[in-house]
Amino acid sequence: MEFVCLGCLDETIWATFTPEQQQENMQRCFAYDDVLREEGHFNDGYALMPANMAVTVRTRAGQVTVTEGPFAETKEMLGGLLFLEAHDLNHAVALMSKHPGTEFGSFEIRPVHVEMNKLIRK
Amino acid sequence: MTPNPPVNKIVEQLYQTDSRQVYATLVRLIGDFDLAEEAMHEAFAAAMLQWEDAGIPDHPTAWLISTGRFKAIDMIRRRERFDASMQQILSQRPSLTQSPLESLLTEIPDDQLRLIFTCCHPSLAIEAQLALTLREVCGLTTEQVASAFLISPATLAQRIVRAKAKIKTAGIPYEIPDIQQMPQRLDAVLHVIYLLFNEGYNTSSGEHVTAGALSDEAIRLGSLLLDLQSQTDHWSTSPDADVMGLLALMLLQTSRRRTRTDEHGDIVLLEDQDRSQWDQDMIRQGVELVEQAMATGEVGSYTIQAAIAAEHARASDVSLTNWGQIVRLYDVLLQIQNSPVIALNRAVAIAMRDGPEIGLTHLEAISGRGELAEYYLYHAARADLCRRLERYEDAHDAYERALSLTQQEPEQRYLQKRLEEISKFM
Repeated sequence: MEFVCLGCLDETIWATFTPEQQQENMQRCFAYDDVLREEGHFNDGYALMPANMAVTVRTRAGQVTVTEGPFAETKEMLGGLLFLEAHDLNHAVALMSKHPGTEFGSFEIRPVHVEMNKLIRK
Repeated sequence: MTPNPPVNKIVEQLYQTDSRQVYATLVRLIGDFDLAEEAMHEAFAAAMLQWEDAGIPDHPTAWLISTGRFKAIDMIRRRERFDASMQQILSQRPSLTQSPLESLLTEIPDDQLRLIFTCCHPSLAIEAQLALTLREVCGLTTEQVASAFLISPATLAQRIVRAKAKIKTAGIPYEIPDIQQMPQRLDAVLHVIYLLFNEGYNTSSGEHVTAGALSDEAIRLGSLLLDLQSQTDHWSTSPDADVMGLLALMLLQTSRRRTRTDEHGDIVLLEDQDRSQWDQDMIRQGVELVEQAMATGEVGSYTIQAAIAAEHARASDVSLTNWGQIVRLYDVLLQIQNSPVIALNRAVAIAMRDGPEIGLTHLEAISGRGELAEYYLYHAARADLCRRLERYEDAHDAYERALSLTQQEPEQRYLQKRLEEISKFM
């Protein structure tokens, strides 16, 4: 099964780190990504620019609006996507619970929508 | 020679005792809740017809499981023509056609655990966990579960359909957690059982009599889990102290069920209850389990709460209560779980041990914890201590405050009564 792990960063925790600690934590994340990759669990990954770079597009009653930032006020912001290969949800949770990113953020784990992806890629 | 009971009575009896075991194994073999349910019912129907002529098989449960799986294979083949997803079930599940009968029997306890852990999976909403556990593990009907939660059967049915759909699409496996995940996952199961218990215990008086059945189901689940723990080896310590502690707690609380309210549905405080009416059989079982749990040395919050309940149960008269021991147990409980409600109960126990004046000092010391300001029991306890100190003005204000914070009718009646009592002294 393929899962998409939405990696969120808790800015209130991240801001307490010195630049060196931030660097060190990023390296720990990369190192664990490598572990996942070597064991065939890491299908792909995408990092995102910070949430203050974001715009949100909506159409309501035919009117398109573009607003600054993510859709909700939140302390956690989406930092990146990790495409994970696992047998089932428990396996996915076991793999991701060892990811250093869980210490200063969180991962929302969702199964990939196989049927929808077929339509998207047509 | 005594005549054998008729076959339909035996099958009915087996349905009561073994249908959930048959079902749990069929879910594993078939990999689909709804199909397993149907197959299980077909197997029991087949037993009614075939055992009449062929006689009762040596292993009725194994016969039912085996028949259920062949019924499932038939159903899958029949539906294949209309539903392409059915084709996959047969090809992906060699266990459905191949497991030998003996291995089916030895797997029964594990299958029951698989069902419990799947229904109590933390990725399901807690309401869904409660509903699924009652429906799938306990075998209650949709109507029974709905009436216990005071919601419509349609709402409940939809909740269950959604939960089953999530199990399928989110990839929640039908498995027992491994030893690393076990403590956390077991906590989730115990949490579900205790919520069920409280749902039944708190609403069982007066108009909501049906909810009382939930407490009985919770106790049954607790005993089942304890049984399964001694039959299998998925735990670091077997059986787990928390399971014994929770079961003890539920038994000890239930032993007082009859005396908690009077004939008008009004609350009777622990100190005023008729202790001769407490269920001594439940107390004996509960106390025994607490002692076993305490002896493991791995003592969690359920066990300590049960030990406190056991202290009350041991006292044949309220004046014989060992408040010193109860305060010590609350001290331990606070270390495990630093909750304002526990701090409140500890202050009340201190008041019983050292008198209302010292109790009030302790109570007021914890009032700084904001969570208690809106908690009616805090104000009710404060009112009670002030009343005992003959500070009637303060007692009156605190009862009024408590009254404004509770919506439960029996509590309101109790507080109202106390207000009337003290108004005589003012």
